[in-house]
Amino acid sequence: MKVAILLALCFFSVNAIAASNAITEMLTLYQTEGAHDFTADGVESLWNKKIRSAADGSERSCATCHHSDLKLQGTHFKTGKIIEPMAFSVNSERYQETKKIKKWFLRNCKWTWGRECTAQEKGNFLTYLKSQ
Amino acid sequence: MKYKTLLLTLSLLACSTAADASGFGSLFSHKGVKQVDIPLYQESCGECHFAYQPGLLPERSWKKMMLPANLENHFGENAELPEEDRLEVLRFLLEYSAEKSFYKRSIKIARSLKADQTPLKISEVPYIKRKHLKIPAKMITGNKGVRLLSNCNTCHSKAAEGSYDDDTVFIPNFGYWDD
Repeated sequence: MKVAILLALCFFSVNAIAASNAITEMLTLYQTEGAHDFTADGVESLWNKKIRSAADGSERSCATCHHSDLKLQGTHFKTGKIIEPMAFSVNSERYQETKKIKKWFLRNCKWTWGRECTAQEKGNFLTYLKSQ
Repeated sequence: MKYKTLLLTLSLLACSTAADASGFGSLFSHKGVKQVDIPLYQESCGECHFAYQPGLLPERSWKKMMLPANLENHFGENAELPEEDRLEVLRFLLEYSAEKSFYKRSIKIARSLKADQTPLKISEVPYIKRKHLKIPAKMITGNKGVRLLSNCNTCHSKAAEGSYDDDTVFIPNFGYWDD
């Protein structure tokens, strides 16, 4: 039993380290794109900020699908699909690959805010998500 | 000489019979749609929705759906992919598209389409539409456990294996489908 717990702990920490490395890599990349001094301040209100979609007039925010409580599961507003929590402390698994981080920032910034996010915004968001 | 000809004829006959047998055999065993997958397909598409088998749409539909501009507005969602992934997923979809398949459902899907029809929704393929006509709206769109006809695997319990038989249909909040 003890061995199992130890193994489980090892597994989780390895996951968290991989995720932490991927986030560091992304922050470094954003710096090469001109961003600097990343901060989690103010991201919470941006997370819940509603933007009216030019496509269908609906109001969209990150919380629409991801939940305003980052430690809880979200629900896709249209398909109803369950979206696992965003908080790093409860779900570091989703931050393990830089490719995945890039893909979802691209898709979701454009869908939610109608434009791509800047390197500074993405860095601030990642810093905030990691702190949760 | 005669002996050789006889031997040749016999061996040709044996070959064609064997080919026929495997042909017929496979025709009968290929009932649903071919279940194929690559990790990139799951990663790129299956993260958001059921990873529809390529054999559910013809080549021209996949080509249109996978255009960059169309991925940017994928039924109201942004489903953009890095270019190399987009091309790889497209190649996979085309390799197994409906008209290239020997599976029963794929053949029926391809045959039900007119040459000028390029549906982007599987639910708009005439064969698929026809097969769902008898099911009342309260069981699909009016059913909170289903919501959309596009959630194939919600009712088709063996959809992930490429099987869409009637007797594997279980509709949430209603139970087994009895035709």
